[in-house]
Amino acid sequence: MFHSGVVVEEASAWSIFRQALPILMVSLVAGLVAGTVLGSEAMREGIEAVPGLLLLLPAFLATRGGVYGAMGARLASGLHQGVIKPVFEWSERMTNAIVASFVNGMVVSLFIGALTWFVLVAVGREGGLVQLVLIMAVAGFLSALLMLSVLIVVMFWGYRRGFDPDNLIGPTVTTLGDVFGIVFLLVAVYVVGWVV
Amino acid sequence: MGRLSDAFLAPKGDVLGDWGTWLIVRTTVPILLATSILQMASGGVLEAFEDALLTEPALLVLVPVMIGTAGNLGSILCSRLATQLHLGGFAVSVRDPTLRSNGLAVIGLSLVIFSLLGVGSWGIGTLLGGSLGLVTLMVISLLSGVLLALWVIVLGVLTVAVSYRLGYNPDDTTIPIVTNVCDVTGVFILFGAILLFV
Repeated sequence: MFHSGVVVEEASAWSIFRQALPILMVSLVAGLVAGTVLGSEAMREGIEAVPGLLLLLPAFLATRGGVYGAMGARLASGLHQGVIKPVFEWSERMTNAIVASFVNGMVVSLFIGALTWFVLVAVGREGGLVQLVLIMAVAGFLSALLMLSVLIVVMFWGYRRGFDPDNLIGPTVTTLGDVFGIVFLLVAVYVVGWVV
Repeated sequence: MGRLSDAFLAPKGDVLGDWGTWLIVRTTVPILLATSILQMASGGVLEAFEDALLTEPALLVLVPVMIGTAGNLGSILCSRLATQLHLGGFAVSVRDPTLRSNGLAVIGLSLVIFSLLGVGSWGIGTLLGGSLGLVTLMVISLLSGVLLALWVIVLGVLTVAVSYRLGYNPDDTTIPIVTNVCDVTGVFILFGAILLFV
């Protein structure tokens, strides 16, 4: 079986370490930025104003990884197998994968909004179902647009430059997912605050 | 476990293989819904520590990095193991060269990242008016980080192997499972360490 790109079975621990470290460092810095945004005055006001925001935060951040990490892994295997070409042209596989990731992202975001309300009510606290679902809809939609475009650009670019696309997925997804997840959550809290 | 790549090749005559939209959604959504429910445990821990998190900024800084790095390490490992399956397989054994090199790399990466996280969270926490010391944050960060790395390795290998046995493409299943379980475990380990040392 022939395949293009990096020969994964030859990779030593040291080469995996060296290849993953720089982008993990970028992701560490981004995570520190995300943590700082999380601790900002505006976010803390949001946490106090919207019951359940802290409760849904890990689920929302984690599903960025689940949806777009799976998308990235699929792209990586596709690139390694040669069934996906790292060029920006119409392809039924790519279109299917993009639509599926968008559907996955929206379905799970709306579900988290409803689930958070359910947990709040179940433990005897107050919470707004419409408020939580709308916040998740806005944050989920903005995340999907950003994550899908950047993920595809980074993986195609990285693959053409000779990087193992497998090493690019996690850092790209969690870096963007954490920073923009928290930023979009903040945006959504304020947008929904004006509407509702 | 032998060579597994044949199991993942598309059936002859099926041009798209497992790249159908509905197939991807159907495979992924149930896992995402289940792991969202699982994540409520993490959220519950954060809610329980809400006052501490809002008054001690360093702890708030630790949370996304801890969760994110767990996801990074898990997804690097799983994605590499899944691609290895597509390319020809690996054996579930400590003597398997693929598992050994990937495992060592994950441990090395966690040592470096979590040392820097200790310093970073201390610096930012101090700037934001927190009172936790450098040694305390280093101990919390390194202890939870190394435990997390070992857990990522065990869980990553198990889920890729089990996913294969059950006939699912590990690209669609292992990363959601490993990152989500590690997120939750990471939050529990982190707040366990915080309870011990703060």
